[in-house]
Amino acid sequence: MIIPRVPPSHRAMLAQARLSGPTPWVLAILMLLTLLAAAAGLSLARGANGIGGAIAGRVTVQIVTANPELRSEQAFRLRRAAAGEPYVRAATAVPRGDVAESLARWFGTGDGTNDPVIAALPLPELIDIDLVPGSNAAQLARLRALAAREAPGARVIPHADWLGPVARTIRTLAFVAAGLVVLMALASAAVVIMTARAALGTHYATIEMLHLIGATDQQICRLFQRRIAIDSAYGILLGAMIAAVLLAIIGWQFSGVTAGLGAEADLGAAGWIFLALLPLIAIALAALTARVTLLRALKTML
Amino acid sequence: MSAASRPRAGGAMVEFDHVGLRYSPDAEVLADISFLLQPGSFYFLTGPSGAGKTSLLKMLYLAQRPTRGIVRMMGEDVVALPRARLPGFRRRIGVVFQDFRLIPHLSARDNIALPLRIAGVEEADLAGPVGEMLSWIGLAERAAALPATLSGGEQQRVAIARAVIARPQLLIADEPTGNVDPDMAMRLLGLFEALNRLGTTVVVATHDVHLISRIDNAQMMRLEKGRLADPTGALRFPPANRA
Repeated sequence: MIIPRVPPSHRAMLAQARLSGPTPWVLAILMLLTLLAAAAGLSLARGANGIGGAIAGRVTVQIVTANPELRSEQAFRLRRAAAGEPYVRAATAVPRGDVAESLARWFGTGDGTNDPVIAALPLPELIDIDLVPGSNAAQLARLRALAAREAPGARVIPHADWLGPVARTIRTLAFVAAGLVVLMALASAAVVIMTARAALGTHYATIEMLHLIGATDQQICRLFQRRIAIDSAYGILLGAMIAAVLLAIIGWQFSGVTAGLGAEADLGAAGWIFLALLPLIAIALAALTARVTLLRALKTML
Repeated sequence: MSAASRPRAGGAMVEFDHVGLRYSPDAEVLADISFLLQPGSFYFLTGPSGAGKTSLLKMLYLAQRPTRGIVRMMGEDVVALPRARLPGFRRRIGVVFQDFRLIPHLSARDNIALPLRIAGVEEADLAGPVGEMLSWIGLAERAAALPATLSGGEQQRVAIARAVIARPQLLIADEPTGNVDPDMAMRLLGLFEALNRLGTTVVVATHDVHLISRIDNAQMMRLEKGRLADPTGALRFPPANRA
């Protein structure tokens, strides 16, 4: 049992008021940091997976033939040919207006539709191609061959080439967050171990007396385990409540983000369930750590 | 007692057989201690300070294992006893410490009730025996008092009540009269004698030679420099005064 049942008259065998030591407060801080790190790790992992999924099979073909008419014709042929290939899920020509709009951000000339400079530029024809999930390397090789045949000189640009490092970096950050969660769990366990040992030291005379009267290690352990588990639970729940408020505020702020990584940084139902379970797991681990520490220490006494 | 009716070790409350104890690689604190304590007997353990009385008592109340020799208690070898079985034996032993060792945050009533609670007695069944014990030691009016508010004699009586409430088979008292006036010392000794009449084996460590003469049929064990002398011959078989 996480918090063992001890009759009220037996609880009085140990002095000291609840929350009188630093343990609950230290555990509250550690739990707060653990939950924030876990939430960050989960949202980063989901974001990285979202980006990874989006870019895994996405390719842009850039046709840069100098002659505008030939360029358009090559683009038309290539898009039609690609759409007929079994390894292609979709082939979409990027409208010239979208390309002009993207360029206009750099030129600072509105939406670019009526910009004479942009209109005069020899803009490439762009085709976005989504490959069916599977062996991207082989599909890419076939697409390159197709592009070379239908539009010689066209550049085939897999999105993974330039967004992949970003996704990897985000995944690394997610692993760092997971590592922090593990480290803080270990730190919490260390706090509980130190608390248990300190409690045994503080109450040594009482424990010795209880032993001599005939108390078993289990009986004495239950007294301390209950006290430490309850103190730990107070601290962990306090930290969890503060973390919940902070995560709610951060979530509310992110709710306005509709594009980019922010839009992907949702915890999801499983993530929220995991975060909700973390404090309960932490309380159980604290109680178990206290129990093991106490029983080991008690065995060294006669 | 004839040699034929010599008590077997198996019937003894306690048997020490060539027991030695050392706390460090230096000389033994106790050496070659051998004796039998018979059920229902009353023993005084005397000797100068530093002779090893407290160490011997610690082995008797199972707070210390010897470094050599055999200690049998109630028929079992307690040196080789698994740790898990020690509580069962300790519940059959009552101990009165020289410094009382009352739990300071518990009232006199709760200190006395401690052995019964540890033994798993229900709360509803505690009030009777604890109340009787408080009356017996004359502290019924001070049941709720904390040890710090009690006099030395009152604390000593609470400590004795705690030691005997579970009706131990063996009662061990370390200098129980060391902190009380002579009048109180005699009253406490009367309590031990009453318990002894009820069948409890009593071992009292004391410096007070006057106490020894107050108990009829009490046997004396004397420790000097870690070795046991047997001035009354009670520890020999057959005992000198009954042979």
